[in-house]
Amino acid sequence: MTEALSCVRGGRILFRGLHFALAPGQAGLLTGPNGVGKSSLLRLLAGLLQPSAGSFSTPETKALCDDRLALDEHLPLEQALRFWARLDGKGTADIAAAMARSGLDHLAEVPVRYFSTGQRQRARLARTYLANARLWLLDEPANGLDTDSVEQLGRALQRHLGDGGIILAASHIPLPIAFDSNLRLEPLEELEACL
Amino acid sequence: MIRAIAAMIWRDVRQSYASGGTWLPVIFYLSAATLFPFAVGPDRELLLRTGGGILWIAALLATLLPLDRLIQPDLENGVYDQLIVRGFSDELIAAARLVSHWLSFGPPLLFAAFLASGLMGLEGEALVTLLASLAIATPALAGLAVMIAALTAGLKGAGALGGLLLVPLAIPLLIFGAGSLSAQGGSALLFLAAISLLLVAITPFAAGAALSAVRE
Repeated sequence: MTEALSCVRGGRILFRGLHFALAPGQAGLLTGPNGVGKSSLLRLLAGLLQPSAGSFSTPETKALCDDRLALDEHLPLEQALRFWARLDGKGTADIAAAMARSGLDHLAEVPVRYFSTGQRQRARLARTYLANARLWLLDEPANGLDTDSVEQLGRALQRHLGDGGIILAASHIPLPIAFDSNLRLEPLEELEACL
Repeated sequence: MIRAIAAMIWRDVRQSYASGGTWLPVIFYLSAATLFPFAVGPDRELLLRTGGGILWIAALLATLLPLDRLIQPDLENGVYDQLIVRGFSDELIAAARLVSHWLSFGPPLLFAAFLASGLMGLEGEALVTLLASLAIATPALAGLAVMIAALTAGLKGAGALGGLLLVPLAIPLLIFGAGSLSAQGGSALLFLAAISLLLVAITPFAAGAALSAVRE
């Protein structure tokens, strides 16, 4: 999936020579200290950043779940999700299913701006489930979720893997699924000091 | 693809009309037109001679009002990121924004200009020329607004900077737009149309480049 990937942000090399692959049905866990480039790697794979060296290939359809909501705050959740459903060619039933999988079906009529931190995170996940993408790029998907919601997230991830999807997640909170590979990013300065 | 673009435009237009943001330039435009006769006095000749020009300047200033709502909120909220992840290009996003902004800016402004020209005593041919020149220019004004909003998105004091950027870029529009109101104005309208076409044509590329630069 990636070949000798390097990324430079703000004049600083975040990572280089990165090499890993995930097959359909596999999940990868991205770990490492803050600021090491986990989010940048996810954004890069999502096509939002250009690699400074190396190359990568991803499935055509991908979904990014980062810290930004990308839903209209003043609209009820269902209508806010409807915009993305329309772009992704989904219907009302799919919206309802995505809301049910993230435990938000009882909030369908509530404007997004009234949501709590955990509910906003679940709304981000609902948007991701709705996208019907092969590759899910998840940046701290369990942030702000309570124990039950983390379980629920685990079930959704498991189901995606069962459908032949691919997951790459950066998370400090243990996620209740079995990861096939663990990709640990280390700060480059320290790495070079060790050598 | 067409459906997706229509959904993007529809979302922006609905948001603009629902939030009342559309009517702000209209109200501003009408207040400027109301103040002018108070300032220069009720001399009908003077109002007839200068009214068209004043309405043109008011249109330029009205362009500035929605600048901070055009790009910044969606950029901050990650909407553009999500569109890029889905494979839409920056240029397409900018083009859709241009169309949606014009739909919520152009027609209301023309309506306001029609009302305001009554306050200036403009009628007959002068009124038709004014409305025609504004109708030709509003796509360009919308394009300038989208370009400047994309360029200044994420900057501190973007509003003031936007004003500074718009004024020089809008001068050709003002010259030919207001010029078309004079007696020999026919060719000015054609020049206005040419400039308007040029600005509309470069908007998707200029604003798209700004959107992709801000991501890095």
